[in-house]
Amino acid sequence: MNNIKPYGDTLNDGKIQLSFTLPIEASPEAKEAARKLSLKMGLDEVSVVDMKDMGEGFSFFVVYGKTEYEVDIDRIKVAKVETDTMSYYEVNNYIKENIGRKVKIVGACTGSDAHTVGLDAIMNMKGYAGEYGLERYPELEAFNLGSQVPNEELIKKALELDADAILVSQVVTQKGVHVKNLTELVELLEAENLREKFLLIVGGPRISHELALELGFDAGFGTGTLPPDVASYIVQTLVEKEYK
Amino acid sequence: MKEKLNVDQKIVDRCRSAAISIADGIQKHIDENTTTSVERTVVRLFGIDGVDEQEIPLPNLVVDDVLENDKLGKGIAFWLGNAMIETGKTPQEIAEVLAKEEISLTELPLHKFSAVNEKVEEYVKKMIDSIEKNNDERKALQDKFPPGPKPWLYVIVATGNIYEDAKQARAAARQGADIVAVIRSTAQSLIDYVPYGATTEGFGGTYATQENFRVMREALDEVIAETGHYVQLVNYCSGLAMPEIAAMGAMERLDMMLNDAMYGILFRDINMKRTFVDQYFSRMINAYADIIINTGEDNYLTTADAVEEAHTVLASQFINEELAKRSGLRPEQMGLGHAFEMNPEIEDGFLMEVAQAQLIRQIFPDAPLKYMPPTKFMTGNIFRGHLQDGMFNLASIMTEQGIQLLGMLTEAIHTPFLHDRALSIENAKYIFNNARHLSDEIVFAKDGKIQKRADEVLLQTTKMLEEIADKGLMKSIEDAMFAAISRPQTGGKGADGVIKKYEDYYNPFMDKFKEGLGLYE
Repeated sequence: MNNIKPYGDTLNDGKIQLSFTLPIEASPEAKEAARKLSLKMGLDEVSVVDMKDMGEGFSFFVVYGKTEYEVDIDRIKVAKVETDTMSYYEVNNYIKENIGRKVKIVGACTGSDAHTVGLDAIMNMKGYAGEYGLERYPELEAFNLGSQVPNEELIKKALELDADAILVSQVVTQKGVHVKNLTELVELLEAENLREKFLLIVGGPRISHELALELGFDAGFGTGTLPPDVASYIVQTLVEKEYK
Repeated sequence: MKEKLNVDQKIVDRCRSAAISIADGIQKHIDENTTTSVERTVVRLFGIDGVDEQEIPLPNLVVDDVLENDKLGKGIAFWLGNAMIETGKTPQEIAEVLAKEEISLTELPLHKFSAVNEKVEEYVKKMIDSIEKNNDERKALQDKFPPGPKPWLYVIVATGNIYEDAKQARAAARQGADIVAVIRSTAQSLIDYVPYGATTEGFGGTYATQENFRVMREALDEVIAETGHYVQLVNYCSGLAMPEIAAMGAMERLDMMLNDAMYGILFRDINMKRTFVDQYFSRMINAYADIIINTGEDNYLTTADAVEEAHTVLASQFINEELAKRSGLRPEQMGLGHAFEMNPEIEDGFLMEVAQAQLIRQIFPDAPLKYMPPTKFMTGNIFRGHLQDGMFNLASIMTEQGIQLLGMLTEAIHTPFLHDRALSIENAKYIFNNARHLSDEIVFAKDGKIQKRADEVLLQTTKMLEEIADKGLMKSIEDAMFAAISRPQTGGKGADGVIKKYEDYYNPFMDKFKEGLGLYE
């Protein structure tokens, strides 16, 4: 047993901050409603430190409180990408030594998503945060198909290019449309008996490895992922799967 | 505005003359062609609206009828005018019988051009009058309830449901927003028509429809008297239906339109020949309707690096300026775009941001510059994000920007919650008020980092523009000179909608706009 709870300035004080809007004008009653709601959320010693009327019958609250809940950190298991991240040079050398040919990757923002920020950060030559993107890796052949690519077209392109891995990026989403989109891709691949042909990877701010596995992908990468994380995963998994 | 950078006017002149030869290079193409969307716009300007039983917009049916008979190069206005003489019906009635396949425009007996011209005059006048009436109404409202000082606070709403958007927009206006934009449903730029009616479902935004425009205009007008300042409404005049949306905006008194000459080509893979023709007519409508356009140079920096590619932004602004001018837009209507997108970890990054913002402030002194907030380096750390937005606001008030699209602390997490927007308005109001006249008080060190950075960017811009002028704009886009994206002249969406004009091509609305805007030499 190793129980933990949030830390404010003293171990186990359980301090939490939160902010939310209620659909009611600012008033002493609204403030009390915010307090009551926080109590219901399991907070104790609730203090509503700020209330602001936002017009149109809405008000905004900042609340502090302490939680009585705790979790046993020893009992937590999280699915995560197990491969070690190698550097740009290590990845290229690894491919030369263990695969002996160029590794092909196609990437796209699928469905209605027009936001290529994440995909570009991983794939574009220039890269992100000081790390080169996949297009720059001499031992990789990376194809960035851009935004709003239909799933069918992505599969077609992956076959045409004989890709080893497919990268899908989903950034903007509303009412869970990204999950629908991702599920559809897996279903299409399965229907055509192609699922095992590619490493299927998804990335985006709302993506975790766990969610990716649940949806039938091989791996998922969330916020903070850099190009070598993805490259390392791809090359090591390929070797593990095919070249053992 | 006090000039703080020692900008070499000779170099600026070189940039402008390169931009002129760049625009000259595509003008012939623009003059010789029309597009299906330009013609649909003409149909809308005749007052035709609505859909058939399969939800196909009547403007599409009317234009397709003539296109299928390969006679669109004469201009849809001729065919409509001819049908009006022949049938005695109004344009709307003609569209309705055409939708039932009871007539086909090119199969009717032909009347003389002079008769057609005379027949349509009433409708042309009616539309021009109604656009002018909107302009007068806007002006009267703005005189009575003047907009706040610049930079104007620009916020977005994006619920997918126009009625929910209206509610959020009113709340934002009451909190102090000067401008409200309704983000469009993500895939709309790629559909070759404009959806019809009020809509309540969308992805990452709300469809641009004429009824949605009307709903939002009404919602904002409701709060104008209460807040005491005119709230400007924005939508997206872009994508395959670009000029149609301009017409809708002119009819519903929108105040601003995102309207870039190259954005669709680069970022939506729309065919360049299509876009160049579409942007010309759409901007002419915006010019006539006193609408401020916003250009999209900020987008270059979401794919390319903001430090290394800053000159591409400025180069594109020069090109957008020249093309806008050719459509009759005045400098006061040119919301040239740029962005605060440098990596926040860079030492003195803020100095480079200020250099860029001040440089374009001085080069385009009358343009209400559109400044876009940090997005690329926004993370889930909303606390740092709020501070990044504050730095962005400070750069803006220091350099007297015009249109401030407010950054959201939850950028990269979700479309803004009601309180995200309220917090960002509070952030901007605090900084703008607290540093209101900072710009009047500061000078930049001679030969200092800011001055040097500005010189460097301007010089790179000149080189780039002169290279494009040599190569031609179309070839330069093929060669990936903007945003590192290459688009072929023959590729992209909507290429089949470019139609060669006949010698006797007829577009009485364009003629009137040109006349009114002084575009005839």
